[in-house]
Amino acid sequence: MSSLPGTNPEQASGADAGAHDQGHDEPYLAPKATWLATVVDWATTIDHKKIGVMYLFAILFMFFLGGVAALGVRVELWEPTRTVVDAAGNTRLEGLALSAMLPDDKPSLSDANDLYNRIFTLHGLIMVFLVIVPSIPASLGNFLLPLMVGAKDVAFPKLNLASWYIYLFGSMFALAAAIGGGVETGWTFYTPYSTSTDEGHWTVVAMIAGAFILGFSSILTGLNFIVTVHKLRAPGMGWFDMPLFVWGIYGTSLIQVLATPVIGITLLLLIFERLFHIGIFDPRLGGDPVLFQHFFWFYSHPVVYVMILPGMAVMSELIAVFTRKKIFGYRAVAFSSLAIAGISFIVWGHHMFTSQGELSATIFSALTFLVALPSAIKVFNWIMTLYKGSIDLKTPMLYALGFLFLFSIGGLTGIYLGALSVDLHLHDTYFVVAHFHYVMMGSTIVAFVGAIHMWWPKMFGKMYNELWGKVGFWLVFLGFNLTFFPQFIMGSHGMPRRYASYVDEFQIYHQLSTIGSFVLLAGFLVHLFNFIHSLVAGPKAPPNPWGGLSMEWTDAGSPPITHNFHHEPVAKHGPYDFDDVYPPQTKPGEFPMPEPAKPGEHPKW
Amino acid sequence: MTTLPHDQLEPANSAAPTDGGGTYHDRYQPAHHFKSREHEFDAVKMGVWLLLSTEILLFAGLFVFYAIMRMKHPEAFVHGSSLLDWRWGLINTVVLLLSSFTAAASVRDAQLGRQGWLKVNLFLTFLFGGAFLAIKFIFEYLPKISEGKLPGIWYSYPNWVDANEPLWWGLYWGATTVHASHVIIGMGLYLWLLRRAYKRHFGPRHYNGVEGVALYWHIVDIVWIFLFPMLYLIH
Repeated sequence: MSSLPGTNPEQASGADAGAHDQGHDEPYLAPKATWLATVVDWATTIDHKKIGVMYLFAILFMFFLGGVAALGVRVELWEPTRTVVDAAGNTRLEGLALSAMLPDDKPSLSDANDLYNRIFTLHGLIMVFLVIVPSIPASLGNFLLPLMVGAKDVAFPKLNLASWYIYLFGSMFALAAAIGGGVETGWTFYTPYSTSTDEGHWTVVAMIAGAFILGFSSILTGLNFIVTVHKLRAPGMGWFDMPLFVWGIYGTSLIQVLATPVIGITLLLLIFERLFHIGIFDPRLGGDPVLFQHFFWFYSHPVVYVMILPGMAVMSELIAVFTRKKIFGYRAVAFSSLAIAGISFIVWGHHMFTSQGELSATIFSALTFLVALPSAIKVFNWIMTLYKGSIDLKTPMLYALGFLFLFSIGGLTGIYLGALSVDLHLHDTYFVVAHFHYVMMGSTIVAFVGAIHMWWPKMFGKMYNELWGKVGFWLVFLGFNLTFFPQFIMGSHGMPRRYASYVDEFQIYHQLSTIGSFVLLAGFLVHLFNFIHSLVAGPKAPPNPWGGLSMEWTDAGSPPITHNFHHEPVAKHGPYDFDDVYPPQTKPGEFPMPEPAKPGEHPKW
Repeated sequence: MTTLPHDQLEPANSAAPTDGGGTYHDRYQPAHHFKSREHEFDAVKMGVWLLLSTEILLFAGLFVFYAIMRMKHPEAFVHGSSLLDWRWGLINTVVLLLSSFTAAASVRDAQLGRQGWLKVNLFLTFLFGGAFLAIKFIFEYLPKISEGKLPGIWYSYPNWVDANEPLWWGLYWGATTVHASHVIIGMGLYLWLLRRAYKRHFGPRHYNGVEGVALYWHIVDIVWIFLFPMLYLIH
């Protein structure tokens, strides 16, 4: 850190500084005089909290759209789609639940497959590029990261606003492509699907361009967070005094900055390939379609960890605060975030075991097992933190326990898939689908929803209803398992992914899965109404409802003021020193708010 | 606190600015969330370096595509490369190196508060960027367009040796246009700096913009230093 206020002549002498603070002492949510002024204020804000909240609502809206597409897939799979020939020799299509979406009144099987391809592609593209990749970092990360390190804002607030608008701009490309007819490339844009389907139509190019633009948003957000963590930590906060959420987001940001440019150039060349047939991915013109897969996964495998690392980052906070216990193995958890970020760059080949040489597949398989180490370190440390903690089963803690359960299943089935010989059997089956949903949805989205509950009072200054939160959790948790566990079974029995039709033996599993998806929907609707109710009529939240010790709880109000803190915060205790701050006999719900630190009090560690 | 060049360069009685006082860079206060100008300068510089690392990775991806395609089709690449005139490539390399010199000089001018030279060097950098694009367009792109040495569907050059030469031209055009787009962005940034220099925004106490853009300009230059031998010289 360069210097403390008071020792800095510029800040002390700034007549400017006083003027600057006027009007910044009210909560950041305070509306302006007219509604128009409020809208303009939000649209042009460089306040990280408002940008984070706008991201949150945009992501939840996209989650709704992606969820509708997912339900479309599940409804379609209630019955196998097949062509039936009746006694008179007429053929008709049976079991296509979504036939109303086809223009033809006598659709053929290929029309049905085409529709199914578009729906699952839309689901994948929206959920990956518009929901999960930005989910925790862009919404909660933006809101919490500066608060947690004791900064007034992220390092480059205008850049932050720019990356929000780039996200909107890229989303518009993707949504326009969806409305204009959709694409059937799969979310991975594999060649030749992406270069030969919908020949002459603009939707594929628009969708790829959307992903390309969203990459910039991702890079700029990551860059902003890295500089914020390096340069804007409060006095007294060393690297190992940061909350583990910050470590997780830091690892995520490193991947975003280092992996996204590679997909940038790849998608650019893919657009050239599609429009001008330059030949780089086309074997007829001397190129190589597998080359695209290598480049795609060189980015997208690290991005798998962009999806899970923030979930892990949230977990460390949830577990520590709701067990009121110092996190077990702080440094191990912190370094495992960096280890995951590092290892993520050398395992991309395990997505393509069937399309590469035996030697390289063997090497990638061996390297893949390395990922299990840092992931297991985290899980074991969280479990050790639970041990002898005073566990408070509030909604966020239920979500944290749900994460432990679901991530363990998702992670361990990942080891099956990383083992080369097993994967040759399971490749492209529902086993893979179930595995990555346990990780991406069962872990990341579950952590995300848990985190929204935990920081909801901080963001909006209102408490949510605990009972309905718990009801929502159980619906989500049971619905999720009902949806995806049967998919492990049918996958191991050989049901391939991405088909609208299947043999009758699988129907019972598909029907269980479809029922589960509607239970899941019910769970999310309960949460939605609970949140709306909280905004309208929820009781006012205290500054520190859960007794957390990181700076957003101890030094900022609920909701925080525009400049975050009244004084410059000083780290006086670690984020998990519960025993030092709260005497062990303190009852839950009676957490005294620690004295705000005074400027100039530099702590001695 | 880290010691930065501008701490040494700033005169001890900084209350007496040399250019009339009260100009933007004398009054400059860092954004509200930074503690001091140095703090802001450090952060900006780190941000720029991270941005440059993404540029390096972007072009690294392109170089890997080049290497793999060259290994698959060496004859196409050798013959395609022999159709390029290395002399124009060399001239453009020299032009870009000169522009990097003026970019570096503009940072020095800002640090020393030489307002006149600052404007001259910013303008020269912009001009060299324009010269690079003009040479590229008039002497390289236009003849190739008329001869049909074009990527993919537009390829119509008759005297090919290897059937995969359209792929070589695809990579040539891809790499050089992606690089040229970076030059255009850089020129835009230099225009912006020039406008700010006319408003006396930069001086010993504040030159973040000049330094950041110069770093970016150097990376664009270095990428060309790699592209030049890759495309023109290796036979």
